[in-house]
Amino acid sequence: MQALLALEDGSVFKGEAYGATGERYGEVVFNTGMTGYQEVLTDPSYCGQIVVMTYPLIGNYGIMKEDFESKKSYVRGFVVREQCTLPSNWRFSETIGSFLKKEEVIGLAGIDTRALTRHLRSYGTMRGVISTETTDERELVERARNSPYLSGQELVPAVATTEIYTYPGVGRRVVLIDFGAKLNIIRCLLDRNCEVVVVPPDTSAKKIFELYPDGIVLSNGPGDPVNVPYAIETLRELIAAGKKPMLGICLGHQILGLAMGARTYKMKFGHRGANHPVKDLETGRVYISSHNHGFSVDEESLKGLDIYVSHRNLNDGTVEGLKHKFLPVFSVQYHPEASPGPRDSEYIFDQFLEKMNGEAR
Amino acid sequence: MPLKKGIKKVMVIGSGPIIIGQAAEFDYAGTQACRSLREEGLEVVLINSNPATIMTDANMADRVYIEPLTQGFVTRVIRQEKPDGLLPTLGGQVGLNLALQLAESGVLAEEGVQLLGTPLEAIKRAEDREMFKDMLQSIGEPVPESVIVSTFEEAEEFAGKIGFPLIVRPAYTLGGTGGGIAYNMDELYATVTRGLKHSIISQVLIERCVVGWKEIEYEVMRDSADNCITVCNMENIDPMGIHTGDSVVVAPSQTLSDREYHLLRSASLKIIRALGIEGGCNIQFALDPGSYQYYVIEVNPRVSRSSALASKATGYPIAKVASKIAVGLTLDEIKNAVTGKTYACFEPSLDYVVLKYPRWPFDKFARGDRTLGTQMKATGEVMAINRTFEGALLKAIRSLEIGLDSLSLPGAGEIRGEELERRLANADDERLFLVAEGLRRGMTVEHIYKITGIDRFFLDKIAGILSLEEEVRHAAKKGDLPAELLEKAKKFGFSDAHLAGLTGLDRLEIRSLRKERGILPAFKMVDTCAAEFEAQTPYYYSSYDREDEAEPTTNRKVAVLGSGPIRIGQGIEFDYCSVHSVWALREEGIEAIIVNNNPETVSTDFDTADRLYFEPLVPENVLNILDREKPEGVIVQFGGQTAINLAKPLEQAGVKILGTSVEDIDRAEDREKFDSLLIDLGIPKPPGRTAFSVDEAAVIASEIGFPVLVRPSYVLGGRAMEIVYNNDELLSYMASAVKVTPEYPVLVDKYLFGKELEVDAVSDGEEVLIPGIMEHIERAGVHSGDSTAVYPPQSLSREVKDLVVDYTVRLARALKVKGLINIQYVLHGGKVYVLEVNPRSSRTVPYLSKITGIPMINLATRAIMGRTLKEMGYEGGLYPEGKVVGVKVPVFSFAKLLQVDISLGPEMKSTGEVMGVGDDFKLALYKAMVAAGSMFPKKGTVLATIADRDKKEVLPIIRGLIDLGYKICATSGTAAALREAGLPVEQVMKVHEGSPNIVDLIRANKINLVINTLTKGKAPERDGFQIRRTAVEYGIPCLTSLDTIRVLLDVLAEDMENKETRLVPLQEYLQ
Ligand SMILES: Nc1ncnc2c1ncn2[C@@H]1O[C@H](COP(=O)(O)OP(=O)(O)O)[C@@H](O)[C@H]1O
Ligand SMILES: Nc1ncnc2c1ncn2[C@@H]1O[C@H](COP(=O)(O)OP(=O)(O)O)[C@@H](O)[C@H]1O
Ligand SMILES: [Mg+2]
Ligand SMILES: [Mg+2]
Repeated sequence: MQALLALEDGSVFKGEAYGATGERYGEVVFNTGMTGYQEVLTDPSYCGQIVVMTYPLIGNYGIMKEDFESKKSYVRGFVVREQCTLPSNWRFSETIGSFLKKEEVIGLAGIDTRALTRHLRSYGTMRGVISTETTDERELVERARNSPYLSGQELVPAVATTEIYTYPGVGRRVVLIDFGAKLNIIRCLLDRNCEVVVVPPDTSAKKIFELYPDGIVLSNGPGDPVNVPYAIETLRELIAAGKKPMLGICLGHQILGLAMGARTYKMKFGHRGANHPVKDLETGRVYISSHNHGFSVDEESLKGLDIYVSHRNLNDGTVEGLKHKFLPVFSVQYHPEASPGPRDSEYIFDQFLEKMNGEAR
Repeated sequence: MPLKKGIKKVMVIGSGPIIIGQAAEFDYAGTQACRSLREEGLEVVLINSNPATIMTDANMADRVYIEPLTQGFVTRVIRQEKPDGLLPTLGGQVGLNLALQLAESGVLAEEGVQLLGTPLEAIKRAEDREMFKDMLQSIGEPVPESVIVSTFEEAEEFAGKIGFPLIVRPAYTLGGTGGGIAYNMDELYATVTRGLKHSIISQVLIERCVVGWKEIEYEVMRDSADNCITVCNMENIDPMGIHTGDSVVVAPSQTLSDREYHLLRSASLKIIRALGIEGGCNIQFALDPGSYQYYVIEVNPRVSRSSALASKATGYPIAKVASKIAVGLTLDEIKNAVTGKTYACFEPSLDYVVLKYPRWPFDKFARGDRTLGTQMKATGEVMAINRTFEGALLKAIRSLEIGLDSLSLPGAGEIRGEELERRLANADDERLFLVAEGLRRGMTVEHIYKITGIDRFFLDKIAGILSLEEEVRHAAKKGDLPAELLEKAKKFGFSDAHLAGLTGLDRLEIRSLRKERGILPAFKMVDTCAAEFEAQTPYYYSSYDREDEAEPTTNRKVAVLGSGPIRIGQGIEFDYCSVHSVWALREEGIEAIIVNNNPETVSTDFDTADRLYFEPLVPENVLNILDREKPEGVIVQFGGQTAINLAKPLEQAGVKILGTSVEDIDRAEDREKFDSLLIDLGIPKPPGRTAFSVDEAAVIASEIGFPVLVRPSYVLGGRAMEIVYNNDELLSYMASAVKVTPEYPVLVDKYLFGKELEVDAVSDGEEVLIPGIMEHIERAGVHSGDSTAVYPPQSLSREVKDLVVDYTVRLARALKVKGLINIQYVLHGGKVYVLEVNPRSSRTVPYLSKITGIPMINLATRAIMGRTLKEMGYEGGLYPEGKVVGVKVPVFSFAKLLQVDISLGPEMKSTGEVMGVGDDFKLALYKAMVAAGSMFPKKGTVLATIADRDKKEVLPIIRGLIDLGYKICATSGTAAALREAGLPVEQVMKVHEGSPNIVDLIRANKINLVINTLTKGKAPERDGFQIRRTAVEYGIPCLTSLDTIRVLLDVLAEDMENKETRLVPLQEYLQ
C-alpha cells in the first residue's frame, strides 16, 4: 500500500506503508544510529515525533522483547529506506512490520531517507503528517501546516507513570522522577544494587522526601522542558533543600537547568544518534555517546548561576552536562545508559553512586 | 597535546613487494602517513624496496630509500639519516617485524631513535601468542583455548579436555601446508601427524575451532590521552574458518543487534586500552550465532588491509590519523578532513551498505587448489557501495572483472548434486555463485545455512535477487518490461547487462529504455556522518534513489579510469599510473575525476582526485558518471587492460577518448591488423599465424618449425600460453589447455630463443621520448613480468639499441601514439623482433620513471592534453643513460598457493616486484635479490634435476657452484651427465625410486638450493612438480631458469655486503 509523508514546507515523500495504517502528525526528526532501531522505537522521548532512520536497512535482526526501553512504542511514524521482512538473529521474535502494526505505528518504507535527512539538516526539524489514507499531497501538506507544534503538547503525562512503584534492591534508595524513563536507566541503577522508586512527574518535593531517598534521578522524556513547569517547581524545592545527590538525564538535565534559572532553546535539528563525541571538561577525556534531544541549555543563560558546564559536545560545542557549584547535583544532556549506543559513559552512574555514598556518610 | 618534543625527522618503513596478504593497502597507508607527517612540518625519511608505489616517489618524503627491507639495510639507513623517530605500524607485518628486530638489536637505542605511536610492549603483547592470551585472560576477554604439541598424545589429551572440532596449524610452514580442521580423533591423528611431518621444528598449534561462528572485525583507534573510538565494524559473510582476506565482507555489520554490536565494541575498547596501543588496530572476533558467547581471534596492532577497507568504507582516514597520533596529537585535536568542521574524535555513521569481494588468481592458476581456509589466497579485492545490500553485491561482482554481472556462473548448471553440496561445504572462490545455484535448484535457505554457515540474512537476500530475476524473465517472456518492474530492478541493483541477459534484449536497448522512462541513477556522497553535517569531500557512489548530490562543476575536466582489483598481470603499478595522471591534470589546472573500485589504493583516497567515483569499471557505470559530469574526455591509458578495454564501448556511446585513438589502439591489439602494420613498416616479428582448428595449428607449426609458442588469442597476462617442442606436446596442449574454435582461435608463433628487451616510450604524436631500454636477464619465454630486468642495459651493442629506438619511434608514429606505448622485443641471432605492443602504460613505468628520473606519466598525461615534449623540456629519441643501475626482480606468492607450479614460463605468475639500485649491475642485482628474499647462501648443497635439452648448458653453472664450495646432488639422468663431464656429484633417488628421495631430502632440510628446469608437462604427479612445490613449502630457493643462476654466480663470487659505503636516496640518483 502507498503512503505519504508531507512536510509543512510543502515537500512530500512517497513510499510504501508497512506496520499500521491511518494518519498521524508529528515533528519529523532523523536518527543516525546504524543499530538500535527498536530501542529508538520504544524510547518514550520520541513521543510526538516521526522518526527517520538514516541507515537504509532497518529491521535486519528483527524485534526482541528484552531490548525494549519501555512497554510500548510512542513514535508517531517510522520512516526507512528499506524494512526487512526476513530478519535474522538468534533472539528475534517478530519482524519490525508486525511490531509496528501491533503498536499502531505507521511505517513508511522506500523513501530516500538521505534526501529527507539532508532536507531536515538544511531547514531544521519540522512538522509533518504521515498518511496511508490520502493521495492528495496538497491536502496533506495543509494538514501538516495546521498540526500542533511539538512545544506546547502535553507529552510527558502521556508516557510517564501515574503511580509510584518500586524495583527492590539492597543498596542505595533512588527516587526516579519519571518523565518517560528508558528502562536502561533503571537497569543501570539496579546493576549497582540500588533500590529504585519510580514516581510520577508531578510528585511533590514533600512526597519525594517522605520516601527517604539517598539520591534522586530525573529521567529523560519527550518534548519541550518548559512544558513541565510543575516539575521545574518541584526541582527548585528539592535543590533548595540541598543535600540529596541528584542526577538529571536528557529532559531531566534541561529541567534541572531551568530550575536553576537557565534558559533552554530549540535546536535546528537536534542530536539523535550513537556517535556524538562529548568532552568531560574536568578530565579532558572525550566519550562517544548516545544522544536524543531537540532542545538544549543555553550556555549564555548560565552566567551568574550556581551551575557550570561540565560536558561539551565536540562537534557543535553545545552544553552536554551541568554541575552545581556547591551541591552534589549534576546532569547530562546525553544518555549514559546507552541502549541504543555506546556504553562509554556509564561512569556517570558510578559518580552518582559515589555522591550518594559520600552524602550518606 | 602538542607534537612530541625532540621529533623533527621521522622514518617510515614501507611493506615491500606486493604478495598475497600484503598488497596495495600499505602504499595507501604509507602515502597517507608521509603526507600527514609533513603536514605537521616534520622531515620524513622513507624506506621501501617496492618501486611501484606512490610512497616511494621523490615528492612523498624528503629522502626516499629504495633498499631491501632487511634489518641490515634499515640499520644502515638509520645510521646514515639519524632520524629522531621511527613509525613502524604503517608497513604491514614486514614493517612491524623490522621495528621489533631493530629494537631488540639495540640499534634504536644506540642511535637514539624513538619508536613512535604504539609502544614496543604493546606490539609484543599483541604479537606474542602467550603474552596475548595472558593479557586477554587478565582482563576477562575470552580467547580460544590452544596448545602447542610435538606428539599426538599431547594432542589427544587436549582434545579430551576441549572436544571437537579442533584447528591444527603446523608451526613454521608457509602456506599452512599440513594444517586443517579435525572433527574427530581419527582426523586429529591424521592432521597432527601430517602437520608434525611438515613442520620444520615438528610442532603444531592446536586450537578450539569455532568454524561457522560469525567473524566480526572492529577498527579501533586510541590516542595518548586514552581517548578511544571504533571507526567501523565489519561482518564477514563467510563465517569463521575462511580468512577475512578471502571472505566477502559487509560493513557495517548487518545481523548484530545493538546489544551484540556494543558487546563487541566495548570489548574492543577494553582490549585496545589494555594493550596500550597509540594509533589504530584491527580486532577480529568470533561470535556464536546462537548466543552472546564470543572469542577474540586476533589483534593486528597496526594499520591493515581491513583498516584500508574501513577507511574507504567510511571516509575516515585511519592511516592519516594514526600517524598524527603517533607524533603526539590527540583525536580531539585532529580535524575530520571529510567535514572540515568536526573532529577525528567521533564514530562514522554510514547511510549505505559497503561490500568487499576478494579477487583470486585461479583464472591464472587453473590447476591451483581453489579451496579457501585459514590461509589467504586472494591477490586483491574490490569494494562496492550502494543503498541496498543486493545492489552492493551485484556492483562488487561486476567490479571483479570475471566476466559476470550476476550470480549465475556459467556451467554451474552441470555440477552434480553431491558435488554441489561438497563445494558448498568446503568453500572455494566460487561459493557465493554456488549458493545461488543451490537456491535455484530448490535447496532451502535453512539447508544451505547448515552446510555453509552463511547467515540466513544474506542467503535470503540472494534468494531475493533470484526471485526478482524470475519476475523479470517472466515479464520479458510475456513480451513487455513494465516501467515499475524495470525501476524496481534498477533500485534493487540489477545492471543493464544483467537485465539484458534476463530479457534477451541488448544492454544498450535496456539503457535507452530506462533513459526514456527517466530511470536514472543518483550519485550520493560518502561523508562519514550520514548527512548530519555538510561535507567537503567529493567522494561519490551511484544508487537508484531520489536525490542526486554530485552537482557537477563548470570547470574544465577530464576523467581518468582506474585499474580495478589487483591481480596477477595487473598490479599496483597501474594505480601508480592513474594517480600520477590525476596529479598531472590538476597541475594543468584541469579538474580530475577518477573512477575506480579498489579500496586498497591511493587512487581511491578522497583527496587524490578532485572527484572520486567509487564504481565498477564497466560501460554502464562509467557512462552514467560521464553523462552526469560531461568531462571533455576520458583517459584510458593508465588503468591497465581494464581501462583500455572500456575505450571501444565508451567511444561507441559518443564519449571522447583522449590520447591514442581507439582505432589505433585496436591496430596494436588486433593480431591481423598489427601484423599488416609491421609488414608495412618492415619491422620483423616472430613468424606465426592464427589457427582456427587443431589441424591448422599443426600445419602452421610444421611450417615455421618447433619450438612454437601457442596461446588463445583473447587473453592478457600470458595465460594458458605455452612453449611446445614437438607435435605430441602441441596436440596435448590443444586438447587440455584450450578449446580452439573459429570464434576462439589459437595463435601459433615461432618461439625465438633469445634476449628479451622492453621499452616504454612517451609520444606527443610527433616526437617519441624513450626514457630507457630494459634488458631482461631471463631469455624470452619467461614472461616479461616474471623476469629480472636491468636498466641501463648491460650487454647491448650500439646497433641493437639504435634498432630498438628506430623501431620504437616508427611504431609510435605509425600508431599515432599520444601518451604512452610499451613494446617487448626479442633479440634473436643478432636480429630484433617485435613480440608485443601495448598502446598504454605498462608494469615497468614506475620502475623506469624512478630509475631514469623522467616523470613519464606526467609527461604522457600532459602530451595527451596537447602539450609537446619540447614545451615540457624534453626531446625525442633515447634519453641519455644514467649512472645508477636499477634491477627489477619479481616476487612470487607461491607459498600461499598450493598445487601451483612455480616454474617460470610465458604465463605471468609473480604478484609483485622489488628494485635494487647500485653503481654497478652486480650490486644492484644483489640488493634486488636480497629485497626479493631470493638470495641464497654461498655454500651448501644444491639439488639439480635438469631437462635433457638443458644438460649441456648447465655444466658451467654447476662447475661454478662447485668452485664456490657447493656440494652437488642430482637425480640419475642429470648425475650421469655431470659425472661424464667429470664433475663430483652424489646421485639421489627420484620420488618413485623409494626413499630417502629428493623430496625427503628437502623436507629433512638437507638442501639449500634447488635447480630444476622444466621437462615436458606440468602435471602435479610428476617429480619435477613435487620437487618445486616441496622447495617452496620449505622456503628453499628453487630456480627454474638457468639465466638467473648464471648471473647470481657472479654475485655470490664477490663479497657484496661491504661493497657499498653509502646508500643513495632516490633524490640523488640523477646527480
Ligand atoms: N579458532 C579458530 N576457529 C576457526 N577459525 C579460525 C580460528 N582461528 C582463526 N580462524 C580463521 O582463520 C583466519 C586467519 O586466522 P588469523 O588468526 O586472523 O590469522 P592471520 O594473521 O592470517 O589473519 C581467520 O580469519 C578465521 O577465519
Ligand atoms: N615468439 C616468441 N618467442 C619467444 N618468446 C616469446 C614469444 N612470444 C612471447 N614470448 C614470451 O612470452 C611472454 C608473454 O608474451 P606477450 O606477448 O608479452 O604476452 P602478454 O600480453 O602476457 O605480455 C613475453 O614476455 C616473452 O617472454
Ligand atoms: Mg586475521
Ligand atoms: Mg608482454
